Amino acid sequence: MLHNSLKMFVIMFFSIPLLFFASMPVTHADPLAAFEGMKGEIKISGGTAHIPVMKAAAKAIMSANPEVRISIAGGGSGVGIKQVGEGLVDIGNSGRQPTEGEVSKYGLKMFKWAIDGVAVVVHPQNGVKALTESQLKEIFSGKISNWKLLGGPDKAINLYTRDAASGTREVFWQKALGKGEILDKANVVVSNGAMKAAISNDPYGIGYVSVGHIDDSVSAVALDGVAPTMESVLSGDYPVARGLFSNTKGDPGPLTQSFLDFLFSPAGQAIVRDSGFIPVK
Amino acid sequence: MTRSEFLTKYSFMAAAIMSAAVPLAIFIFMALLGYPILTSGRLLGTLLGAWDPIHQSYGILPMIIGTFILAILAVAAAFPVCLGCAALVSDAAPGPVGRFLHAVVRMMTGIPTVVYGFVGIFLLVPVIREAFGGGSGFSLLTAALMLALLVSPTMILLFCDSFGRVAHTYRQAAAALGATTAQLFFFVVLPQARNGILAGVLLGLGRALGDTMIALMLAGNAVAFPDHVFDSARTLTAHIALIIAADFDSPEFRTLFLCGLTLYVLTTLLVLFVRLTMRLQGKRP
Repeated sequence: MLHNSLKMFVIMFFSIPLLFFASMPVTHADPLAAFEGMKGEIKISGGTAHIPVMKAAAKAIMSANPEVRISIAGGGSGVGIKQVGEGLVDIGNSGRQPTEGEVSKYGLKMFKWAIDGVAVVVHPQNGVKALTESQLKEIFSGKISNWKLLGGPDKAINLYTRDAASGTREVFWQKALGKGEILDKANVVVSNGAMKAAISNDPYGIGYVSVGHIDDSVSAVALDGVAPTMESVLSGDYPVARGLFSNTKGDPGPLTQSFLDFLFSPAGQAIVRDSGFIPVK
Repeated sequence: MTRSEFLTKYSFMAAAIMSAAVPLAIFIFMALLGYPILTSGRLLGTLLGAWDPIHQSYGILPMIIGTFILAILAVAAAFPVCLGCAALVSDAAPGPVGRFLHAVVRMMTGIPTVVYGFVGIFLLVPVIREAFGGGSGFSLLTAALMLALLVSPTMILLFCDSFGRVAHTYRQAAAALGATTAQLFFFVVLPQARNGILAGVLLGLGRALGDTMIALMLAGNAVAFPDHVFDSARTLTAHIALIIAADFDSPEFRTLFLCGLTLYVLTTLLVLFVRLTMRLQGKRP
């Protein structure tokens, strides 16, 4: 009796992972099978909003096929476009559509695999949860410089913005600030991650990040009564949105093409959704 | 001369020529690429103007000022501590304590600056923000304190060196006259090591001028002229790191070579000055 139940246990113990593995190829078969027999390296750089998706995709691909190596660097949209154009990387990510000049100069091919909002963020303990567009413009131009004027504590507002290469900054500046002024006293940080770290550490700070980067450490601010969520970005109610692009110089090689195909596959688009972005398919 | 001597001599000479040629080539490269700005008549406007790309103003004066304030603040903060530490190692506690300190300082020279920057963001920035309310904590002072930590090993090791070179007979004479350790240090060692101390300070200043990571991570990088030490400011090095990603053909990008040239000239002048003071100390009786 005891012997039988032990045997049963052993069989179950070993069959559960077997079942699990057996079921894996069924769900993931199509996109990852393309990498079978391939080897080599895919170099990716550029937009920092893209990084969570790039990492998750790279992990899935590299664990399915260890012969493929994928390296991911940041730098910002400007860097991504420049590096892929100069042939330094295989994929240059950008959080804005490359300009006509850039496309014609480098012969870029654009692949838009997600839509992303850019949200105004403050510290989670900040009581200010909603702003109007004109308030936002006055905050970033320095006309409103104290949280007291917005119903918060009597503390100076610490502004955070991004560097010149940032696609997030480009979109925020055009669509949220209407190309309005950003005060020259504003602190400048170099990535979406650094922005999140700065805001989550500064109770009186205000900045902006890609919606996909928002978590418990920062609190997103509703703009003109519309909260920046996947739903409101998708429906177009939240206006500060952009496409996330991966760019290649001319037609991509077979390995890079497989990577891009993976991003557009159901598994890739699931990663996009899990990362807080809106899938395009 | 044997064959191996010949080979050794010329391979060493090739190495020497290479290492001399590279900095020179860098200088020529920057001068060539900066040439359009140097001759465009906008040189003064770029050197002495404010940075405001929306209004086509690409001045780097705020960054030059930020660089200087930051480097001087850092060295000023580090100087008394370094002097005390070097005195302890070389005179006040020359035993195991001094040897231990000396080893720690030597180890500190190898810590990457990004580590200092990272620690600063989480430990120093909140402290500065809460202690001196109003700012965001990313300020000249924050970066200067961390930078002081970065330059202190350079300064301490040079100070120790110059204290060690003070003639032993002087120390013995002072001791024979009944001088205390403090008297010996202040009236015999310090005056004798004056030029070595100056060289240490200048080398520390050079390191502070050239560091990128700490300023980029802690100083806030605002492009405005800083009004006080609690203001966010940008250094030339951080400016280069932030603008390098801009479009090749943009006027922002072209001014980078002027930033590079300015830094190059400043550090070269500093090194020349150090050489001069070192030579002076060598000739002292």
